[in-house]
Amino acid sequence: MSFKAAVITFPGSNCDRDMAVAIEAVSGEPVTRVWHRDSALPAGLDLIALPGGFSYGDYLRCGAMAAKSPIMRALVAEAHKGVAVLGVCNGFQVLTESGLLPGALMRNQGQRFICRTATLAVANTSSPFTHGFDKGEELRIPVAHHDGNYFADPATLDALEAEDRVAFRYADTAHGSLNGSQRNIAGVLSADGRVLGMMPHPERAIDPVAHPALGSDDGRRIFGNILKALVGA
Amino acid sequence: MKTRILIRLKSGVLDPQGRAVHHALEAMGFAGVDDVRIGKLIELDVSESTTDKELRAMCQQLLANTVIEDFEIERLGSVASENA
Repeated sequence: MSFKAAVITFPGSNCDRDMAVAIEAVSGEPVTRVWHRDSALPAGLDLIALPGGFSYGDYLRCGAMAAKSPIMRALVAEAHKGVAVLGVCNGFQVLTESGLLPGALMRNQGQRFICRTATLAVANTSSPFTHGFDKGEELRIPVAHHDGNYFADPATLDALEAEDRVAFRYADTAHGSLNGSQRNIAGVLSADGRVLGMMPHPERAIDPVAHPALGSDDGRRIFGNILKALVGA
Repeated sequence: MKTRILIRLKSGVLDPQGRAVHHALEAMGFAGVDDVRIGKLIELDVSESTTDKELRAMCQQLLANTVIEDFEIERLGSVASENA
């Protein structure tokens, strides 16, 4: 098997190394690191990952400047050809700002930065990212964001649900919504299911030895799903 | 030519920042505040030949996120408004 993945780094990205380490740990293959000013991506990629962080210092709006960077034009073209794209946290914000995913990520309802392990319920089980899960299965994945409050108008939300494009929802909502997200949405898929944006950080939950103390290694399973779906590993 | 772009959250969109500021005003003892909404003002200095269409494109493609925001373009002495 050969699995070719690239991780994009913007000025202000801070989870790009973690993302590369996670993909390399699960795939056993080196990951190509790509700088935001590059205008081309390597040929034959299986996966492009947009990492978390604060690209361009969150100027204007989270992800707005990164969405207009040269590498994003190349990424959008690759996504339209069917290359899988995973955007985590700031990467999710960049995907909505670029138009690859619907909606927007607004300031958390409670105004606070939220940094803890969240419980997610799997909603979609047919995408390359989620096909190994059972519907409703719970995952423990860390969140760390100030602007993760997913918003889309009701018609868009209805369409996302009807088309099975909600990947994950926040499930530990007994004491209220985690961040105010509409319908507790934590992750959204593109129409073809090959672009996933999610606020929680699967790359921070991949090491079965290190992560029991931190909460979970459920993130590893998401990367495992990707590998199995894209290269049959 | 000085141009001001006023960006506001759409009316149906909750504004957590505005709500927090509203609470703070009430806690400070200011009565009679019914609502607070927070937006942003962007000042552009553009050439005289810049068209309304170009300004609208700047707003639609970068300055505003029309999923959640409306924008208003104010040119010196004239006001053109657009609800995206």
